Amino acid sequence: MGWFDKLTRPRRDTPSDLWKKCPACNETLLIKDLAKNLFLCSKCDHHLRMPLWDRIALLTDDNSFVEIDHDMKSVDPLNFVDSKPYPERMAEAIKKTDVNEAVATGRATLSGRKVFLGVMNFDFMGGSMGSVVGEKLTTILELGAQEKAPVIIVSASGGARMQEGIFSLMQMAKTSAAIKRLNQVAVPFISIMTDPTTGGVSASFASLGDVNIAEPGALIGFAGPRVIEQTIRQKLPEGFQRSKFLLEHGMLDCVIHRRVMKNTVARILRLLVA
Amino acid sequence: MAKDFEFEKSIIELEARIKELQAISETGKVDLSREIRAITEKVDALKNDVYGNLEPWQITQVARHINRPSTLDLIKHLCGEEFVELHGDRLFGDDPAIVSGIGRIGDQRVMIIGHQKGHDTEENIYRNFGMPHPEGYRKALRMMRTAERFGLPIIAFIDTPGAFPGIGAEERGQSDAIARNLAEMSGIRVPILCFVTGEGGSGGALAIGVGDRVFMFEFSVYSVISAEGCAAILWNDPAKTKEAATALKLRASNLLEAGIIDGILPEPIGGAHRNHQMAADEIKKQIEKHLPSLLAMNADKLLDERYKKFRGMGRFTREEELEHA
Repeated sequence: MGWFDKLTRPRRDTPSDLWKKCPACNETLLIKDLAKNLFLCSKCDHHLRMPLWDRIALLTDDNSFVEIDHDMKSVDPLNFVDSKPYPERMAEAIKKTDVNEAVATGRATLSGRKVFLGVMNFDFMGGSMGSVVGEKLTTILELGAQEKAPVIIVSASGGARMQEGIFSLMQMAKTSAAIKRLNQVAVPFISIMTDPTTGGVSASFASLGDVNIAEPGALIGFAGPRVIEQTIRQKLPEGFQRSKFLLEHGMLDCVIHRRVMKNTVARILRLLVA
Repeated sequence: MAKDFEFEKSIIELEARIKELQAISETGKVDLSREIRAITEKVDALKNDVYGNLEPWQITQVARHINRPSTLDLIKHLCGEEFVELHGDRLFGDDPAIVSGIGRIGDQRVMIIGHQKGHDTEENIYRNFGMPHPEGYRKALRMMRTAERFGLPIIAFIDTPGAFPGIGAEERGQSDAIARNLAEMSGIRVPILCFVTGEGGSGGALAIGVGDRVFMFEFSVYSVISAEGCAAILWNDPAKTKEAATALKLRASNLLEAGIIDGILPEPIGGAHRNHQMAADEIKKQIEKHLPSLLAMNADKLLDERYKKFRGMGRFTREEELEHA
């Protein structure tokens, strides 16, 4: 085979492009079936991680989502280089996900009600929060206060983005202060925690909902399980830091199945505010 | 006794040599004053040189020094007898990793809150190495509310490796406790002055760090993650701790340049652990300089400025700006 054939030969789909294993029951699931089934395992109903645009479609009325700040991009304030430079990692993430950052924010309607929605994207550098994530979320929290429209944030994040150092840390203070202001004008903030919600995201806006909701089986906590195991040199109990555990310890208002998430949020908003 | 650092070895050796020569001089048989003077000059020059050129990882070690002035040390120097420690979150317990209480600094009544590390292993175990549980943060918030009620300004001393990662901490809502403090501190209607005295370890530091003014000691650090944690995650190699400390830009001068803090408090040559009184004096100077104008400010304006201060933190760009650049 000549070099020309090598170049033009269609690339074979790698198996992982076609199917996924359910992390809970190990069932082999076809991706196209998964997408139709809201990324729920057809065998055990495990809630797999849901891609960004599927999530937005799940929670909003058809074609109602209008993105804000989609052109906002991170810079490299620390000139951060680990095994590779931060701008290179950023370029890879943008190429992989086809979005500019780890959160998409916008206006939408949810069962006819005007809302502001932010959805974190775990595929983009682990959903980590740097300046852009903090800025975009703060912006919709402020818009919600100004326009008296509820704010919904769906979290999926490992925490603060190390590559932006102290700037990332300060996003925790910034977003939390914006929620305090939203509270003061009695506009609801609904926090929906999905797998995983940890670190600086869990320890700031994600925990501050007027109503805190989680999807079943989501890992939610301050410290990651590996860090805790290394610190206390003990194996962690089954179900530790999963949604049910948080519900039992009083950290969540409810655990809601993905199929009824939109209707439940609509009902909560209807009951909280006229 | 101060623990020896690798980078201080030659200083300590020369200091020992001076002592030897002094001992010989005191016998009166030979006059070694010229030699002693020469070595003393050399030591001073060396101290200036070493402490003037510390690497970020070395600064991190100074910030963690076992004799670093702790919150209770500073309180002793700032308030003397005029301080009452107040305990407990009224919900679960009393966390020894955070101390708090009411005191007087000069003529000013204040609420003081701070992380508390120990000066030896036993004390450190009791203080959990300055790593709070949720009840510590909830105690801090209770104190802030008390301060607000009585119009006492709040002084916060930050010195923690981070919030404790453990089973009980997660069960009792470490995330909730930190998040709640971040939100509530933005609305506390009295002035808040924060001082990073040693280690500013991530969210566990920030949870008492949302202030109208934030200062750092010259050899303190403040960072989104510890150098060790960062090396383990991003380099996948704990041996890269020095590189991580440099990359994180965690020293006071970096944070001042980034607009995150309002000022740097100088330390004596050789670090604040050699002179707690001087560290306390520097804090007092800043309190006297900044508190009067903050106390004079209308509370709504104070909160507005506090909000704007943190609202403005972050660096980003727009795609269009990039294209036109």
